[in-house]
Amino acid sequence: MGRITLRVNGSAHAVDVEPETPLLYILRNDLGLQGPRFGCGLGQCGACTVIINGAAVRSCILPASSIKGEITTLEGLSSNGRLHPLQQAWIDEQVPQCGFCQNGQIMTAKAMLDKNPHPTDAEIRETMNATLCRCMTYFRVQAAIKRAAQTMGDIPPSAAKEVVA
Amino acid sequence: MNPSRGIPKQVEEILTTHRRGFLRSAGLLMVSFATGSGARPANEDAQSSAVASAAGPYPDPDFRQLDSWIVIHENNSATFYVGKTDCGQGTGTSFRQLMADELDIAFERTACIMGSTDNTVDQGGSGGSTAMERDSWPMRRAAAEARRVLLEMGSAHLGVPVDQLTVSQAVITAKGDPSKRVTYGDLVGGKKFHVALTGANVNVVTGIAKVKPVQELKYTGQSPQRYDIPPKVDGSLKWAVDVRLPGMVHARNVKPPFACARLIGIDESSVRSLPGFLKVVSKGNYAAVVCEREEQAIRAARQLKTTWEKPAIAPFPASENLFEYMRAAKPTSSSRPIVEGNPDAAFSGAVKIIEADYEVPFQGHTAISGAHATADPSNGQMTVYSNDMKSYGMRNGIAAFLGMPRDKVRVVWMEGPQGYGRTAADDAGCEAAWIAREIGRPVRIQWMRDEETAWDTKGPAFLVKVRGALDAKGRLLAYEYNARSCDYNHVGYNEPDTVLIAQLMGSRRANPAAGSSAMPSEMYAIPNRRMVGEVVGLPLVWETPLRTGNLRDPNGPQSTFAAESFIDELAAAAKDDPLAFRMKMLTADNSDDSGFRRARSIAVLRAVSEAYGWDSRPSPGPRVKGAILSGRGVAYSFRGQTIVAQIAEVEVNRETGHVWAKRLACAHDCGLIVNPQSLRHAVECAMLHGLSRALHEEVRFDTEKITSVDWVSHPTLRHADAPGRIDVVLVNGDPNPKRSDLPPYGAGEAALKPMLAAIANAIYDATGVRIRRVPFRDDRVLAALKAAGV
Repeated sequence: MGRITLRVNGSAHAVDVEPETPLLYILRNDLGLQGPRFGCGLGQCGACTVIINGAAVRSCILPASSIKGEITTLEGLSSNGRLHPLQQAWIDEQVPQCGFCQNGQIMTAKAMLDKNPHPTDAEIRETMNATLCRCMTYFRVQAAIKRAAQTMGDIPPSAAKEVVA
Repeated sequence: MNPSRGIPKQVEEILTTHRRGFLRSAGLLMVSFATGSGARPANEDAQSSAVASAAGPYPDPDFRQLDSWIVIHENNSATFYVGKTDCGQGTGTSFRQLMADELDIAFERTACIMGSTDNTVDQGGSGGSTAMERDSWPMRRAAAEARRVLLEMGSAHLGVPVDQLTVSQAVITAKGDPSKRVTYGDLVGGKKFHVALTGANVNVVTGIAKVKPVQELKYTGQSPQRYDIPPKVDGSLKWAVDVRLPGMVHARNVKPPFACARLIGIDESSVRSLPGFLKVVSKGNYAAVVCEREEQAIRAARQLKTTWEKPAIAPFPASENLFEYMRAAKPTSSSRPIVEGNPDAAFSGAVKIIEADYEVPFQGHTAISGAHATADPSNGQMTVYSNDMKSYGMRNGIAAFLGMPRDKVRVVWMEGPQGYGRTAADDAGCEAAWIAREIGRPVRIQWMRDEETAWDTKGPAFLVKVRGALDAKGRLLAYEYNARSCDYNHVGYNEPDTVLIAQLMGSRRANPAAGSSAMPSEMYAIPNRRMVGEVVGLPLVWETPLRTGNLRDPNGPQSTFAAESFIDELAAAAKDDPLAFRMKMLTADNSDDSGFRRARSIAVLRAVSEAYGWDSRPSPGPRVKGAILSGRGVAYSFRGQTIVAQIAEVEVNRETGHVWAKRLACAHDCGLIVNPQSLRHAVECAMLHGLSRALHEEVRFDTEKITSVDWVSHPTLRHADAPGRIDVVLVNGDPNPKRSDLPPYGAGEAALKPMLAAIANAIYDATGVRIRRVPFRDDRVLAALKAAGV
């Protein structure tokens, strides 16, 4: 066991774990951040995706001791009670069926839009292609990404729609 | 062609009227429910209070008590308790719509609790697309009865006769005097109704009140947003995988490396020094490792040294030899043939006879995450937190498996990855409960990816032989269908003696289940017909990963792939347009059930044809130069009373064999539509599930183990496969003039059924090459194109 300090969603957390422990289990079981989920443990499906230094990464195969940057999880996307425009687009488009994989869909889309605010259809398909959904919501996910891209281009993030409780 | 030819005027009129009415109400939803999430907090509170209930025992909620179904709160809101689970189609929102309508309360002031055995009545959970078709009825009747009782209470309270009262949004008002008013919350908030219902079983339970006619339902037919979606996209929903209990430990299975293997040794010293290691638990051929932390259990289960003995004979042929094996196998059972007319005579007098064999391999459920459950053995009871779609059956199964009284076991249903029937043949619940009892602590278990993909239940492989006889005018005179399903020892729902842990522990039943085959519905009026379904078995059927279970629309996609591909082959042989060829075999007839469905089929096929813009011509289409060949195919099917017709437009790359479904269209008639948007999305996703099974999915194995074990070796549909356009037309066209109300039919599974054939027919239209073996992977399509010189 060793002490590892992680910066997650704006705060620092120290945990005592084996250094090779994949980040996913620390997020879920020590920090109570359960947006990222175990899908395959192989980095193949994307259900465990988090964003580190702007990149969408698969937390199920990422040793915690190797992480240097700030980690953002699904729970960290909203700010001051405001959903991220992607989350709002997911609601507006009523994207999920079961919803289990949608963490990976949203986080992968977030990393893409942060780098490329106006992706083409082909770029969306290519960037999202390794993020799997067994309910096959792909068509709706792609629609929501386009909607969010439009929203984010139209209005500054601070003016994004408030969460209605 | 004009596909509307042949539709009786009465059908046409009813169809048009209903469609117009439906569109009008669909327009309203955007205004009324734009914010959508109003009832979320109430719902979450209610669901978490379900989790944190008492220490037991846990008797069954009495379905003959109104209080089991509906609770009115002092703040004039209501919580509905229903014995259903949701597999991802958002059925809870639809139950709220129907029950809010019957109760006369605002949709936003309702919440819905589902599927926990100790506080919701047993409606069986999910399955068979019965949510609306069967199970919404007792909910509606209970809500209608609550409204009746509340009106009587209001009458006594206000001193006004019931017939002088009106009710709106849970407020009862005297018709002549608006100052005389009382709310539901004032009358019974926080208290019980103490009203008995009657009925022999939960499906027929009723009060005195009658349900409203469809025309008086206000929320039904609109599309309030699903209440479960906001907490699914902001990360706040607690899923079954998220349960964390004080003192909880983690378990992982150690699966046999070969099918039907015998565990002859465990070397615990191989893991004893690992951090967090607690125990190896084992009985018979079942073994699992328990550790303090999840990642420790994963590591220890991988590292545990075990010794296994292979079975004396190969448990199954390799997947590339499966159909050869199935052709030669002696059936374990055979259905009584369905015979109409005189098929032998008709075949002997035929001008042209067409024959074809179709092959569909084993296909897995392959949920996005493995089977999982958390079991808490506190207080001598057993609480299992699970996403089992049939939580009630799981409770019974676990009680029997452990030999515990039913009322000491409860299952708390929580959301999980969509399993398409896998979670009704769940394995993790019994495993978690058994280990929890062994070690006396709460245990969480989850299957790993390779474990789930290899060992989940499989949809059976099918080999279907079809013959057809055409007369001189290209009409189908006779039809012969023989399906052979590799389904012997089909695993049932939550059975304590077929669940995998029981098989491995040696406490399985003696006799395997017979399994089943499938025949196409009577979709076409064919004068002479013979159909038979057979089942074959693999050499070894216990403790094997090639175990079959119900997979979304069990057997339907396999038989429909064969039947609707073959109809296309007949149309091509008759040089007729595939849609017109089908239309000629439909008769708008209300005299019997099949005729009734065929009558509605005409409207559905016409609707999909219009939505797509079908051009009438025989297949294949004109050949073009270049790498990309385009074509379109149609297929249709019944599932129960639900009618689905689909058109697929594909692009086939003749240099790579790659198939892209560029466009899909679907017309769908499932009777009364409760939430059009939810339905539309469920239909879309079911179509894409069919597309995934058409293009990608196949269980592969050598002669001792499954070799398709992850998302590389067992591919699934991906973003790049998504069509560029999907049109879904909700037809909702009951042509029966004698029926005053449209009943709801099932919708969760039907839209998957015709897709495999629609894609195969489109590939044929594009290339002139008929692919009779699923899935249509690049290499298989390319080989077929090359063989045909395309």
